[in-house]
Amino acid sequence: MASTGDLEPTHYPARRAAQVALHYLNTHHGSPFRVFGLQQVHKASAEDVAAGGRKYKLDFSVTDWGSGSAGPALRCSADVLFPRTERHSAPKVELHCEALQQINSTAQEDDAFYQKYISPDSTVSARDIPDSFGNMSEEMQPFWRLARVAASFIMLRESSENTEFNMAKVASITQQESSEEQLMLEFVVLLHDFPSQEIVQWKLLASWSPDRGVRVLQTEWQPRCPHATKPPN
Amino acid sequence: TMKGSIMGVLLVLALVVQDRLAGGLELKSYDYTKYHTMDEISAWMNQMEMENPDVVSSMIYGQTYEKRNIALLKIGLNSTTPKKAIWMDCGIHAREWIAPAFCQYFVKEILGSYKTDSEVNTLLKNLDFYITPVLNMDGYNYSWIDSTTRLWRKSRTPGTGNCTCVGTDLNRNFYANWGMVGISRNCCSEIYNGPSALSEPEAKAVTDFLGMHQNQLLCYLTIHSYGQLILVPYGHPNISAPNYDELMEVGLAAAKAIKAVHGKSYRVGSSPDVLYANSGSSRDFARLIGIPYSFTFELRDEGQHGFILPEDQIQPTCEEAYKGAMSIINYVHDKNFKSAAITVTATLWTTLTALWISSTNVI
Repeated sequence: MASTGDLEPTHYPARRAAQVALHYLNTHHGSPFRVFGLQQVHKASAEDVAAGGRKYKLDFSVTDWGSGSAGPALRCSADVLFPRTERHSAPKVELHCEALQQINSTAQEDDAFYQKYISPDSTVSARDIPDSFGNMSEEMQPFWRLARVAASFIMLRESSENTEFNMAKVASITQQESSEEQLMLEFVVLLHDFPSQEIVQWKLLASWSPDRGVRVLQTEWQPRCPHATKPPN
Repeated sequence: TMKGSIMGVLLVLALVVQDRLAGGLELKSYDYTKYHTMDEISAWMNQMEMENPDVVSSMIYGQTYEKRNIALLKIGLNSTTPKKAIWMDCGIHAREWIAPAFCQYFVKEILGSYKTDSEVNTLLKNLDFYITPVLNMDGYNYSWIDSTTRLWRKSRTPGTGNCTCVGTDLNRNFYANWGMVGISRNCCSEIYNGPSALSEPEAKAVTDFLGMHQNQLLCYLTIHSYGQLILVPYGHPNISAPNYDELMEVGLAAAKAIKAVHGKSYRVGSSPDVLYANSGSSRDFARLIGIPYSFTFELRDEGQHGFILPEDQIQPTCEEAYKGAMSIINYVHDKNFKSAAITVTATLWTTLTALWISSTNVI
């Protein structure tokens, strides 16, 4: 189906593989104050591999969404292997980004955020981040980013050459009791897949601390009834 | 006396204020940097027509499933000779709110500049613009109900047969390789192409209008989000438009114009190349019936906000998309109107040269 050999960097096969590499990058380096987005694919190629499956070689740049267009672009290279198994299995990614350690550290913001919400009294709870108009309070932004990073675990796992995921919105955030000095957050996220145009709902339990980063402990796919007749009043 | 004249001034002021308030809309100007409800957009369309009667008229060209009148604004200077036209529609997909916002912005821009900007004036002189701010009115209205409906995409026609789900993807419902690729026969799917081609009254309305005006129409622009793309026909991977090379050139020039505004990159290509294969799209239908310059715009962003683009990005998105659209429109206009002037000049030179040669031969 798809092409083998050199790929056009602006065409979707290279873009989809790069997005998978981005999800991987965010699972490892995302935080309440850092989420990476794809800036551009520079070069890409793909080849079938012996065990079955297709391996993409990518050269691309990423930016931190937090810094906006002002931020520096990081150059990355990645191998993304989409296995060809009977049942879907997660792509495998090997990733290297230049100067990852040199970008401005968010340690201060991370610590302040952690100290604020690790307290036993903290019971953050919110819905619809952002609202229908794209608004979200400044307080909610790090939670949105955490949800986005946690969602990256799911998007990475669920990706194939026939999907292209983004997080459409966070339906809800409910802080759970902290455990082992980790912030514990239950998210319900809505993911958007380009080819099918479907909105997919997932509930997940994630932990975070400045030292350990984001971990996803539980995920649960949730059925939606968006296609039914009027929503229940 | 002093007191009397102050009272007089106050009285005049009070009357003026009352008069402005009675006028209603004139005092409150429309906010193009906010998302608007379907009712607000319909009222705005009436306002545009009322405020600019010499260049704006509205046309109702169909009805949605929920019996709303599908309307467009026809914008252009009156002419004694028949004119060529540009079509633009926004909001085929309900959740892509930035698209109707752009149509409104586009109308505002050309109406606000045609008297002073000679380029825009020439466009309105030679062309009519048919602009539909919201095509999928039912779906758009539904997406405003609450946060659970915000991400609705399709029309609101109920399912047929055993189907308990609602809606057909209008952009898979057109008579353009209908059902061939990039669709689902599952009526609950977001890319369900309908029980049959043109089952949806919204798609039928556009089809009928384009068919009736196909000799006039030079350019078909359909506005969507998200992805930052300019798509050329066709959605089927094995079919290429005969003017594909030219369409790519024009699309790339538009992307360059977009980038010059705020630095945003828009990728250009056929749908099967840069996005995914699909069939039954309005863009493909327009090209198939012979409208030569047919493009889909996918506006901001690239996935960070997706469909729920924050309102503070409406203005910059519209600014860049306007430059992109104008790049295409100017190309199409110049190809059809400037060449006439060149032909006249060339004929003149040929005649003069012939006369000179014959006059020298006589000697």
